[in-house]
Amino acid sequence: MYVIIAGGGKVGWNLARELIDKGNEVTLIESRRTRYLTIEQELEHAVQYGDATELWVLERAGIQRADLCIAVTGDDEDNLLICQIAKEKYLCERIIARINNPRNRPWFELLGIQPAVSATDLILRLIEHEVPSYGLVHLLDLRDEQLEIIEVEVLQNSPAAGMAVQDMNLPEGALIISLLRAGRGFVPKADSIIEAGDEVLLVLDPGLEDAITARFAPSDRDAA
Amino acid sequence: MFILIVGAGRVGSSVARSSLAAGHTVSVLDEDPLSHERLEVGMDRTWEEAGGRFTVGHGMEVDALTEAGILDADVFIASTDGDNTNLTISQIAQKHYEVEKVIVRVMDPARAAWYREQGLHTICPTQHAIEMFTSALGEIG
Repeated sequence: MYVIIAGGGKVGWNLARELIDKGNEVTLIESRRTRYLTIEQELEHAVQYGDATELWVLERAGIQRADLCIAVTGDDEDNLLICQIAKEKYLCERIIARINNPRNRPWFELLGIQPAVSATDLILRLIEHEVPSYGLVHLLDLRDEQLEIIEVEVLQNSPAAGMAVQDMNLPEGALIISLLRAGRGFVPKADSIIEAGDEVLLVLDPGLEDAITARFAPSDRDAA
Repeated sequence: MFILIVGAGRVGSSVARSSLAAGHTVSVLDEDPLSHERLEVGMDRTWEEAGGRFTVGHGMEVDALTEAGILDADVFIASTDGDNTNLTISQIAQKHYEVEKVIVRVMDPARAAWYREQGLHTICPTQHAIEMFTSALGEIG
């Protein structure tokens, strides 16, 4: 695979190193001269000096034959433009953009720049996963399909513990698709009983998380 | 007309002043509070007294755009000192806020030409300079 990476910061440089180690052909583009010279001592011909938002710099790097273009500079507008140009002008099949300021995510979505990765969002997901009292974990977002799959842990004092699936009275747009118990998962029937300690997988319309949390979280959650 | 100008450097501030003088409603958004002073250069009263609006903020921020009045804007002008910022915010104005007329300054002729093909009204001062130099050289022979 031929990969072009725009931005030779810590993320870009390490990505280039990893992708080269895995046998890919990589060109890293860095616009700061001193940074470029530092990286060039290690990556040699795999790094080029220039502003990746300039068309001729992208063309010099061979954007026309790139299988993947990754924009990981520290500037969201630059990342957005690089990916937009790679995708729409040079018809690069796959792009990945870095979002530095998570508040800019809607603009990446508006302009069709997907996937877009934000370190803040990733760390928030990890916090959700690592802090069990939070209770709800995003497993998968199907943005185009407007669905998400989440996992909720059923604690001892959860209102859901001991309830049949059919009595859960979930909001419209939410469906329990699986129960995980003692390391095994199964697809529940309407009369399957949810037990404390279960992990429940649900598919949801976006925006229903709070309603779901309320059904599963113990009522003293905020006090805890 | 309601004209929203993002980026009040030499170009943006001059366009803002002349638009206001022409009787339009003008709102200016700039990150730098100092650019408010640039707006008032050559004026005998303050920008606000003359009827202008000024908001401190970045053109990617929803709150700043809203405060500057993007929801009412008939014209959106992107004239910050960054090509990529201008190209990004002008697409936001066009596609998200559906501002009727969007004009964007792009210094790089190559990007200006491509985005013009994509339907943006780009203005490229560099391209004008190139043509003027070439024509001046032609006159010399």
